[in-house]
Amino acid sequence: MNTLRLPRIRPGALYVWRRNILVWRKLLIPAMLMNFGEPLLYLLGLGFGLGHFVGDMAGMPYLAFLASGIIASSAMTTASFEGMYSVFTRMVPQKTYEAILATPLDVDDIVAGEMLWCATKALFSGIAILVVAAVLGVAQGWQALWVVPVVFLVGLCFAGPAMIMSSLATTYDFFSYYFVLVVTPMFILCGVFYPVETLPEAVRGAVYLLPLTHAVHLTRGLVAGAELTQPVLHLAVLAGYALVSYVIAAMLVRRKLMV
Amino acid sequence: MQPAAIQQADTPIVTARKLTKQFGSYRAVDGIDFDIAPGKCFGFLGPNGAGKTTTLRMAMGLTPVSSGELTIFGLAVQRHAAEIRARTGIIPQADNLDPDFSVEENLAVYASFFGLGGPEIDARIDTLLDFVALGERRKAKPDALSGGMQRRLTIARALINEPELVVLDEPTTGLDPQARHVIWGRLTELKSRGKTLLLTTHYMEEAERLCDELVIMDHGRILAQGSPRDLIEQHVETDVIEVRGEGDTLRELARQSGCRLEQMGNSLYCYTQNPAPLIEQLKDRHALRFVHRPAGLEDVFLRLTGRELRD
Repeated sequence: MNTLRLPRIRPGALYVWRRNILVWRKLLIPAMLMNFGEPLLYLLGLGFGLGHFVGDMAGMPYLAFLASGIIASSAMTTASFEGMYSVFTRMVPQKTYEAILATPLDVDDIVAGEMLWCATKALFSGIAILVVAAVLGVAQGWQALWVVPVVFLVGLCFAGPAMIMSSLATTYDFFSYYFVLVVTPMFILCGVFYPVETLPEAVRGAVYLLPLTHAVHLTRGLVAGAELTQPVLHLAVLAGYALVSYVIAAMLVRRKLMV
Repeated sequence: MQPAAIQQADTPIVTARKLTKQFGSYRAVDGIDFDIAPGKCFGFLGPNGAGKTTTLRMAMGLTPVSSGELTIFGLAVQRHAAEIRARTGIIPQADNLDPDFSVEENLAVYASFFGLGGPEIDARIDTLLDFVALGERRKAKPDALSGGMQRRLTIARALINEPELVVLDEPTTGLDPQARHVIWGRLTELKSRGKTLLLTTHYMEEAERLCDELVIMDHGRILAQGSPRDLIEQHVETDVIEVRGEGDTLRELARQSGCRLEQMGNSLYCYTQNPAPLIEQLKDRHALRFVHRPAGLEDVFLRLTGRELRD
């Protein structure tokens, strides 16, 4: 009976979020290297290397096209990693949640706090890529800053499913399935490297059900100045994924911890 | 003395009535009743799988109560778990300190989960580190501490919210004798400060030293309840003579002694109110070695829960 109620959102989530940011602060240098290093590699390697042959894509330089897509995909991978490997570590071997549950905080606070934290890390990576894109001259003006809250939402939208995986996992190996079957296909198919319009029609319909497609539409519109025809729809899809996955994750984590 | 304080002293801190926990077809806790008076140390003694930890987890709102009533500070745990935990300190069976934080950061971050912080908490952290003798290790990470130190840090952490009730799940399991005595000293000190302690243990010595009242649990039921002294008086004879030797000689003795007997391997336990005659007999038999001792909680425990192995 306890598992079927809707989760509450309370200030306790911020205490959990704060714990994580305090840990992150201790590992600031390697964390920053990760944030800048990997996307920089993609942008320079693929953007310049592949871009040399591709030239323009969808009416913009390939580097601009790629940078605006990588902002979204990097938010996805960052939030997914944190929501699986780090959350599982705190939930199972490290027993951090057991310790937190001995305080007035509740499972709902933990799940909400962790999702906020995953989104915060996604935000850091998004900002890092935005800075790199701006330095390389492929960010289109100040409206590109609107991508910052969007990246946070993208982070929330992938944090929830990742936490669902954590609550179902018994070992870290389980996460490979999710990466191979969910994260990597989205990375390849959802318009990060080429416009989804070039996909066969049958695949295109399916791709529009995936959140990363909507995330890429938003980031490309805001950062690279591509035409944004349905911003509300894209935002609604991301918010929908975030909310539904939060409710399910809270239910499953409760089932796992409150036995 | 305030009248309110006198009145409060009569009201139990924890009350359970027909408390039951069902896991599928397995009944881990089977309709138990108990009351815990303020300022006392109340123990749950039982073999592994007796239902002790499940009872504690229900009390802290960490697992749903299947049926029955459970109130703490007069609040039903089902609806007021967060309020109850705000006034309780919990020491889990296995340490779950945060490995990413130093000793003092562990306390500060834990305080933040209660919504506590600021200079008052900083001062409290200093006091608590002194209390558990970890002041000099305040910058160390938990991994660099010994098992006993980690346990002490866990105790300090559980006191960060100045709890009225302290709940301990097997507080000294896995510690060496020195560390165990230090923990016992700290817990006795807490009791003398008026805190109510609720602990589970399977160490008789721990239960005898610390508990004012205890229940012996097995298979989810309470088998006996009382002070350690009462339990010994009610359930076993005053004296035990433990004899070791050959089976035949032992059996012969057994017939003559008139004691209540229990045999384990080649040891014979003779329970009696009047040990003198048997001791006289044993003195002449040099093939037998024997120990005479007053009956203890362990004898009660083994009598009530049996001698078969538990996993």
